Amino acid sequence: MADSIEITINGETRFIQRDATVADLLGTLSLDVRKVAVERNLEIVPRSAYAATHLAAGDTLEIVHFIGGG
Amino acid sequence: MDGHQNHQNQADDSWEVAGHRFRSRLVVGTGRYKSLEETAAAIEASGAEMVTVAVRRVNLADRNAPMLQDFVSPQRYTYLPNTAGCHTAQEAVRTLRLAREAGGWNLVKLEVLGPPPFLYPDMPATFEAAQALIRDGFQVMVYCADDPLAAKRLEEMGCVAVMPLGAPIGSGLGLTNPFMLRSIIEQARVPVLVDAGIGTASEAAQAMELGCHAVLLNSAIAHAKDPVRMARAMKAAVEAGRHAHLAGRMPRNYAADASSPLAGMIR
Repeated sequence: MADSIEITINGETRFIQRDATVADLLGTLSLDVRKVAVERNLEIVPRSAYAATHLAAGDTLEIVHFIGGG
Repeated sequence: MDGHQNHQNQADDSWEVAGHRFRSRLVVGTGRYKSLEETAAAIEASGAEMVTVAVRRVNLADRNAPMLQDFVSPQRYTYLPNTAGCHTAQEAVRTLRLAREAGGWNLVKLEVLGPPPFLYPDMPATFEAAQALIRDGFQVMVYCADDPLAAKRLEEMGCVAVMPLGAPIGSGLGLTNPFMLRSIIEQARVPVLVDAGIGTASEAAQAMELGCHAVLLNSAIAHAKDPVRMARAMKAAVEAGRHAHLAGRMPRNYAADASSPLAGMIR
């Protein structure tokens, strides 16, 4: 698995392609970038930086969206 | 004020929080409905213009699951992201930073809760989170204890609205301490919303009669047998309560005062 790295997304371990960006990952996951927010290692990744942010082995991501709540 | 002017003022009885102007004085939550279709129908019937929403992890196992935005349009309704489930200031601040990135706006609902069974607002943690959020540029509408000193302190810190509870979240007990709510309203220079505890329409009307700017509720509609009909009832109740507040209620008398004249009685 030389071409893949292990990261954690929303508490689940996932393998993704080495050098993938946040934009690549959201594309692979078929998530609408306008409806989610991404935190990488406790830092917000601004939407404008998705294409320039490369993921590294061991990264911990939170990908969130709005759901019903009171 | 002549009658015509008075009528005009009633037609334009809007309220404002942090530069956002609303005609509806009912703010509703979007949680606990049976389906997103029911959520959309109830919110439509409520006439609300601002809705609270929660921030949660995307479900990676079912990525094509319908999303709230597809049923409750953020273009039509002002989304007010909340920090439901957060029990520390750090969790709340982290959640709202994500919400700001997801939604692109600064107006948020802060709630930092104590443990079950009451989920009563944890005020020291709420102060801590409010300070961090305000410093970070957020416009904070804050869920708080029905404590006039705490509400005043939050206002002085720069919160854009204070939202004392009527009763514990989801309890439906109504306004357990109307005197404290009234005290908070009398002293406040920012909008006061009663948030949590309202169970039925008369209680929403009572909150408005006390002089709140608006009420925020969720379970009272979502857990009614017929949520859409209860949403309509809440809309009417909030309007009725607001009218009654502006009209000014008659004084309470502890003796009867006949409504019909005694002059001209037959003998």
